[in-house]
Amino acid sequence: MRARDLLCPKPGGLYCAPGDFFIDPVRPVERALITHGHSDHARPGHGSVLATRETLDIMAIRCGEDFAGSTQAARFGETIAVNGVSVTFHPAGHVLGSAQIAVEYGGIRIVASGDYKRQPDATCAAFVPIPCDVFITEATFGLPVFKHPPDTEEVARILTSARQFPERSHLIGAYALGKAQRVIRLLRDAGYHETIYIHGALAKLCEYYESRGVALGDLQPATVEAGTKADFAGAIVVGTPSAFVDRWARRFPDPIACYASGWMRIRQRAKQLGVELPLIISDHADWDELTDTITETGAREVWVTHGREEALVRWCELSGISARPLHLVGYEDEGD
Amino acid sequence: MNRFAELLDRLVMMPSRNGKLTLLTDYFRSVEDPDRGLGLAAITGDLNIAAVKPAMLRTLVMERMDPVLFGYSYDYVGDLAETVSLVWPDAPAHLKPNRHLTLGETVAALQAASRSDGPKVLARLLDNAGISARYAIIKLVTGGLRIGVSARLAKQALADFGKVDVSEIEELWHGLSPPYAELFAWLEGKADKPVKSAKALFRPVMLSNPVGDGDLEKLDPADYAAEWKWDGIRVQAVSEGGVRRLYSRTGDDISGAFPDLVDAMNFDGVLDGELLVGDPLKATGTFSELQQRLNRKAVSAKIREQYPVFVRCYDILQEGAEDRRALPFIERRGHLEAFVAALDPSRFDLSPLAPFANWAALEEMRRHPPHPVIEGVMLKRRDSPYLAGRPKGPWFKWKRDPHTVDAVLMYAQRGHGKRSSFYSDYTFGVWTGPEGAEELVPVGKAYFGFTDEELRQIDKFVRDNTIERFGPVRSVRADRSHGLVLEIAFEGLNRSTRHKSGVAMRFPRISRLRWDKPTHEADRIETLQALLD
Repeated sequence: MRARDLLCPKPGGLYCAPGDFFIDPVRPVERALITHGHSDHARPGHGSVLATRETLDIMAIRCGEDFAGSTQAARFGETIAVNGVSVTFHPAGHVLGSAQIAVEYGGIRIVASGDYKRQPDATCAAFVPIPCDVFITEATFGLPVFKHPPDTEEVARILTSARQFPERSHLIGAYALGKAQRVIRLLRDAGYHETIYIHGALAKLCEYYESRGVALGDLQPATVEAGTKADFAGAIVVGTPSAFVDRWARRFPDPIACYASGWMRIRQRAKQLGVELPLIISDHADWDELTDTITETGAREVWVTHGREEALVRWCELSGISARPLHLVGYEDEGD
Repeated sequence: MNRFAELLDRLVMMPSRNGKLTLLTDYFRSVEDPDRGLGLAAITGDLNIAAVKPAMLRTLVMERMDPVLFGYSYDYVGDLAETVSLVWPDAPAHLKPNRHLTLGETVAALQAASRSDGPKVLARLLDNAGISARYAIIKLVTGGLRIGVSARLAKQALADFGKVDVSEIEELWHGLSPPYAELFAWLEGKADKPVKSAKALFRPVMLSNPVGDGDLEKLDPADYAAEWKWDGIRVQAVSEGGVRRLYSRTGDDISGAFPDLVDAMNFDGVLDGELLVGDPLKATGTFSELQQRLNRKAVSAKIREQYPVFVRCYDILQEGAEDRRALPFIERRGHLEAFVAALDPSRFDLSPLAPFANWAALEEMRRHPPHPVIEGVMLKRRDSPYLAGRPKGPWFKWKRDPHTVDAVLMYAQRGHGKRSSFYSDYTFGVWTGPEGAEELVPVGKAYFGFTDEELRQIDKFVRDNTIERFGPVRSVRADRSHGLVLEIAFEGLNRSTRHKSGVAMRFPRISRLRWDKPTHEADRIETLQALLD
């Protein structure tokens, strides 16, 4: 059998015909395997969902308890048979609960990476390279210009700026799931023990991370009731990027706009968004992580999805690895 | 090198002036000599490094990576220096330096490089640097940092750092050279103020205050002399012991752009005056024409002939060995008149005094000046010495009323800092095109002139009437029947080839919100064109 008979792109997502399931389907399907809780990968309305315990919990928090007909929790490293196809979840290092999914049938193993990164992250299990025949990689930052610096250096920049501008507040835009908790945790690990103020959209997910053993320190809602404008002088506030554009941000004194994202590597991009302190902190693999990972899996064939496919396909060709873009639709290129 | 690279990264993203000053003073405080002085010189444009052409940079990087991957990368980033800094391959681990080079070592290597080994030296420096440092190195060798920091702002940061007046820095500046160790030692209180030994240094200028409400009632007209306020740029012409320099108001040496004028500076002294285009004996040109001569490093013979410049003198600071600054204005004026009489009359003339009987008469003169290139009157206290800075009282400027035009709000951009959640920068336009097919053409941008309450009202209007978004910019509904009319005040209008409208406003600001005015009654481009000389 050929690899593309085992998994192939369909309008609804990546489909496994022998097992009759989809991976991260973008529309409601009978049976879904889900890599992680970001909303473009984890949508409500499927008949049954197989995912890690954390991903199922996160989906329940974001979409409501009844997000699927039935659910089944997958443990890392445990092989589950789905209609005769062997399926194993492995850590992807992207956000809490994120997984790669290895699909094995008829002597072929395909690993669908979902989203992943290789930098250490105290808020989730580290990526494990899985030997495979075909590796399906994301390519959000699939250009040689994307090189993420160590996250500790980036967080040090916030603390330097907070020291330089003690009268201003620092507003850090970060995705509600994963990035926000990672940034908070990085601040704690860098020795910042003051109260961190958070936007309401982050509260439940931060609580959930705490319940799974990720200590985030003292978090308080960034509400005006908590005090006057001056009380936020020198404060660090974390919220979703969209919140800072909104009228919501008017409660802070002369805020410095920070944004934690891999896109911050490109100056013009940061400027366009009105960011004053770009923080290059990404939950996706950068160029070197992508190419190193492809090499480590030993895959003879690479399929490239969401992102800048053409550069990674070119790199594979130059390295003698057969590669093709998958052209899956429905995933946010702008994620992270 | 890394501290300098970090400074550039931070400065380029920091929109607020105060924020930039904080970053600069912090850099001066925490970085050692000679690096801080070299960083300063790079910012003020006083660092001499042989330039590397962008084509050479491209060649170097193509030798090191797949051209197709470079092409994808450059297409995405759009800026050559930034792309190269990001894709340049890191040195293999066993060749990595134990430590990064300092800015001083980097500059020394670049300055020592000959024309032929320049590219090799550059490549080696890039091999040994991180991404930010590579970007900084490329900026140093390709010339022009473009980080939104003027030499003037850098000098202000030095003044803040040493808690001295910026005029003291300006006065010393041209006698100093990188890495400015003696300057920093003085600013840190570790050494005496550097001695001015160089010739033809800049003297800090005396500035005026605008006439405010009720200011004049308290003053006796007899104590003041009046002059016309000419619409050129303030300059200081210094010629001492054979050294000739022309300075801008902020102490930038602009001699290079005005060789014709410098040739005529065959005197020994320091004159303060207005740089204008034309021939003083015949005609005085407009600011638009003067702009043909501004912000140029060199100037062609054709431009020099077409737009000759001269100085309309209004003060004398030094005459031969005599410092005249302590004398009362009226006595300096006597010296000035005698001094200018001996100069080339096509290059120097005297700013005439404008006699007036009382404030009402002066008001009349201000409103109806006798020449189109006059933008108001200046008042100078007869007994005032020449003082650096902007002392309140001795000198006043009283400008003619600004021009106004009714324009329609077209785009709004989010502000920064206190205004980061407000749409506070406005692009506005006026009507153009034939009747029945009118469209708006942008004529300017303004971000002040309104109260906080008005800002809230405009912000709400912008959010409620957005038709498109581009990053932090919103396009606002503006047609013949719907939109917001803004009354814009401005000081003057220049021709511009860079703007679609063909005009560029000087000092535009919002003077009134015309919620009451229908958009189709806003002004047409012809109204503005009529103001062009």
